[in-house]
Amino acid sequence: MQDPEELEVTRRDVLIVGAAGVAATMASQLSRGQAPSEGPAAAPQPVLSRVSFNVNGKPCELNLDTRTTLLDALREHLQLTGTKKGCDQGQCGACTVIAGGRRIVSCLSLAVMHQDDRITTIEGLGTPENLHPMQAAFVKHDAFQCGYCTPGQICSAVAMLSEIKAGVPSHVTADLIPRQQLTTDELRERMSGNLCRCGAYSNIAEAITEVAESKI
Amino acid sequence: MKPFTYERAHSPAEAAAAAARNQGAKFVAGGTNLLDLMKLEIEKPTHLIDVNGVGLDKIDATPEGGLRIGALVRNTDLAANEHVRRDYGVLARALLAGASGQLRNMATTAGNLLQRTRCPYFYDTNQPCNKRDPGSGCGAINGYSRQHAIVGVSDACIATHPSDMAVALRVLDATVETVQADDSVRKIPIAEFHRLPGDQPHIDTVLMPGEMITAVTLPKPAGGIQIYRKVRDRASYAFALVSVAAIIQRDGTGRVALGGVAHKPWRVEAAEAEMPRGAKAVVARLLADAQTTPDNAFKLMLVERVLNAVLADAKGVQP
Repeated sequence: MQDPEELEVTRRDVLIVGAAGVAATMASQLSRGQAPSEGPAAAPQPVLSRVSFNVNGKPCELNLDTRTTLLDALREHLQLTGTKKGCDQGQCGACTVIAGGRRIVSCLSLAVMHQDDRITTIEGLGTPENLHPMQAAFVKHDAFQCGYCTPGQICSAVAMLSEIKAGVPSHVTADLIPRQQLTTDELRERMSGNLCRCGAYSNIAEAITEVAESKI
Repeated sequence: MKPFTYERAHSPAEAAAAAARNQGAKFVAGGTNLLDLMKLEIEKPTHLIDVNGVGLDKIDATPEGGLRIGALVRNTDLAANEHVRRDYGVLARALLAGASGQLRNMATTAGNLLQRTRCPYFYDTNQPCNKRDPGSGCGAINGYSRQHAIVGVSDACIATHPSDMAVALRVLDATVETVQADDSVRKIPIAEFHRLPGDQPHIDTVLMPGEMITAVTLPKPAGGIQIYRKVRDRASYAFALVSVAAIIQRDGTGRVALGGVAHKPWRVEAAEAEMPRGAKAVVARLLADAQTTPDNAFKLMLVERVLNAVLADAKGVQP
């Protein structure tokens, strides 16, 4: 009988094994095809490019395939796997990080486009011992079920409150001129770029509201 | 995604020259649409010119009393600009009705104009699409066409232009300024900037290869009550089924442009003479040449109802 501890694998290990399985299948299919030299016009080769930026206060220098998104650079090259890959097409917000003080979707941004940029990911907002107030509020209000969208929700919420502070209006702002208040309608509209398939929205809204009110 | 070489341009002239040197080059700024399409290999640039460092990120007053919006001004910054909020409310409203907070932080003024259609047949490389693969046919015309164009369509394409911002620019009579590698500059009225599909739906705009947008200028404020009303399948973060950008003066005259109904922002100046007579009269001329499918014929009624609501809103009454 095996020691149960030997069977313990993380969710990430399972995903990596799964991906490796796909890669192996593709490799075996490729080996049955023509040798590269006999193929049609030689496929364009990957291009490497250097980029340096600061992530969570630490300078990073990377030599990346130009095709690498900021999301993949963070997860696969810097091992910052807190930022999640959801749709990888800018529709779900799971990959939201803060770049130059602004929330962006890191899946629709190339890493090489962030030369000298300052990136903050969920790992840079707080630590398990010293949570960011938004992280603490999400825990307190049970603002998640599976947790996959949570890092993106939290990064988005932190930057969203800065946008209100800076006077950025929203679609539901009744009057464009005066400074906006954080009503529930404002909060929901401004967070619409972060989807939660578990539907924890009401608790997410409560968590963000608590942080917003404590700041006022 | 296909491999590509990459460079950072430091001035508009440098960017235009780089584009002239590299066939198959594309400019990238926000990247929110281009990268998405590159992942699907619908766009296959062999060289990317990053224009984020060329300047062009300011909003300045013009000597004529209008505004000059740099090509790289982000959608968030344009919507939050105090002059835009005060004098060009329809533009602020249209920007805020589009995309999400994250995407508006990334997307630029020029990139917004140059975004491609979100027609699902354009995005699905297993389907025929004359815009993606000229001559392959149109999957939408006899397919699922609920979101598609109802006016200015052709036998080759019924895609819509997805931008909200462009609809507001159309009603504001904006001008698009460009530069080419030989340093020549052009000023293109927004009405002429986007094309109708005709038999070349793969060409969205009148820009020449390598020509770069440097700015969008607005004439002096038109005043009036400015409204952007967008109808979509969910309350936020979705493309328009139909949208109405309107500038309505106290005497009931005004201007109106539509989104979600054509391959470009749709405006028929002659129809605006009917504004004081109400939505039905305006729409009768605005959509006189409409060609609908069974799926999208509802847009005719929807346009009229949305315009009716907008006109009532401008008068401060319930429709």
